[in-house]
Amino acid sequence: MEPILQIQHVSIDFTQYESRKGTSRRCLQVIRDLSLTLYPGQVMAVVGASGSGKSLLAHGILHILPYNSHMRGEILYNGEPLTKERAKRLRGREIVLIPQGVTYLDPLMKVGAQIRKGRRDEASRRMSREALGRYGLSPDTEDLYPFELSGGMARRVLIAAATVEKPRFVIADEPTPGLDTVSAGRILAHLREIADAGAGVLLITHDLELALRIADRVAVFYAGETIEDAAASDFADPSLLRHPFTKALWHAMPGHGFRTIAGAQPYPGTAERGCPFVSSCVDCVDKCREAEEIAPRYVRGGWVRCLRVQQDTTEAGTENGDLGEGMEE
Amino acid sequence: MRHRLRFFLRKLLRMILLLLGVSAITFALMCASPLDPLQTNVGQVALGSMSQEQVEKLEAYWGVNTPPAERYMGWLSGVARGDFGMSLLYRQPVLTIIGQRLGNSVWVLGFAWLFSGALGLLLGVLAGVYRGRLPDRCIRWYCLLISSTPAFWLALLLLLVFSVWLGWLPIGLSVPVGMETSAVSFLDRVRHAVLPALTLSITGVANIAMHTREKMIDVLESDAILFAKARGESGISIILRHGLRNVALPAITLQFASISEIIGGSVLAEQVFSYPGLGQAAVTAGLGSDLPLLLGITVITAAIVFMGNLAADLLYGVVDPRIRRGRAKS
Repeated sequence: MEPILQIQHVSIDFTQYESRKGTSRRCLQVIRDLSLTLYPGQVMAVVGASGSGKSLLAHGILHILPYNSHMRGEILYNGEPLTKERAKRLRGREIVLIPQGVTYLDPLMKVGAQIRKGRRDEASRRMSREALGRYGLSPDTEDLYPFELSGGMARRVLIAAATVEKPRFVIADEPTPGLDTVSAGRILAHLREIADAGAGVLLITHDLELALRIADRVAVFYAGETIEDAAASDFADPSLLRHPFTKALWHAMPGHGFRTIAGAQPYPGTAERGCPFVSSCVDCVDKCREAEEIAPRYVRGGWVRCLRVQQDTTEAGTENGDLGEGMEE
Repeated sequence: MRHRLRFFLRKLLRMILLLLGVSAITFALMCASPLDPLQTNVGQVALGSMSQEQVEKLEAYWGVNTPPAERYMGWLSGVARGDFGMSLLYRQPVLTIIGQRLGNSVWVLGFAWLFSGALGLLLGVLAGVYRGRLPDRCIRWYCLLISSTPAFWLALLLLLVFSVWLGWLPIGLSVPVGMETSAVSFLDRVRHAVLPALTLSITGVANIAMHTREKMIDVLESDAILFAKARGESGISIILRHGLRNVALPAITLQFASISEIIGGSVLAEQVFSYPGLGQAAVTAGLGSDLPLLLGITVITAAIVFMGNLAADLLYGVVDPRIRRGRAKS
């Protein structure tokens, strides 16, 4: 099957003015050499701590990054480069974003008008009512202002707003925080439905446990890098996982001992060289600190950036790229 | 209904307290003024040639020997009965003079208020949208230049250019010199009001534009705008549908808050153009120790400014659904 989205070696950096006088500029790399492949009908979870640059990935794909940031690398959508012009044409129609919360709605405009993007014709009205209905919201919801929505309702409105036009690729950026388990489960079930209907879903979240409920694949984000790209089924047993951080993450889950990870995650872009996890890793050696770059290695059907893991000799043909290739089961 | 009544009673009480405070401070400042009303208005030479009786009569007229507290209380009890007293300089009821002067000023003030508000909003929105680019830099440059220019100096400059060099507009006053009142046309009045109004507009624009710019930038950086972009809304639709809607609320506050600046500015502008408006009357009253007139003008303008802010409060309730619907529910 043709992948719907291929992210190849994408880096995003910010230009910041340091020093109090604002004279010296510096580049802050928030996302470093990221590669992902997503197929239609699949939910891929991108899991990482808050502030690790996950949302920027979403904004980067849509070409709506803030003006002081810069993206390198290549993104292919349906096999063709997703340029700024193409993204402009496709976003809101084929490629949609489900944002984090109610602040992403215009506080002074009624829900209906926002879902319809200002159109008033009968067809648009019908479509918006249908979209709301799909997520259990009554047509009256159209006449409410965002401040009148509850947390769960707001998320469903956001999903409805995103899926009015039957998208083929959905980016859900932290769609569940602040919701109780039942409401969060409902939102995730809706995302699974969207994927089952044939769209690709990129689920960006910090909650591994929730992500595992619906994801097919999980990409683990650490300090701006994807340190592991694994099938969701690998999380059934820590011995199937590859990177020490992913293993630590597994042990930190409530059902698996709730063990905390020592040390703090470095801010994206602060690590000059070596493995970013080095200060918290139980298994690191000198070369982990010194390596200029740790290239992804293909291991047991997944990808990992760790020097301590042996690369499979059989399928190591694709040098340093096409992360996630060969994951079709 | 009870909620609304309480709201108005509270606002009324606040206004009364404000006006009391303003009048008391004005009075105290006038008492502390080093100007001697007799010397200023009658003159040293004339005073010297007068008999003791005549001087005493004048002193009584200007209230020189009455204790300040007694004068203030006297003025206050008059105002409570709706009597703002007689102007000492014009020998007419204070309210009559204020009525006449306000009638002259209202066109100048109104035009300046609306024009500076509309232009300020437009420039502010443009600057916000084009942040960091050429239009923004030009607008900011203009605003900073105007903000650091004294209003009276700008008035003199306009006078020099349009009245003296080009000769397009009259040099001063509100009607042509030596013309009967009945012969003065509406166009004549407009021609005389243009320069003072322009002065106030030009200075008023800067403040509103800079504030609107900041608000517009905040709005454009909000999550809601990001989502609108992510949903494929075009740039112009985002600015018109989301940007203007969200900038409307702060714009209302700015617009009504600018009333006080316009009135304050009119004192200087009218002085330069010898325009017989309220601002000029305030200067005359202040320099001539005409206590009843000055108090009257201060209190009335303070009330106008207060009403402006009240209007903004009420409009907020109409425009902002969070207030409107929230109130309807409670």
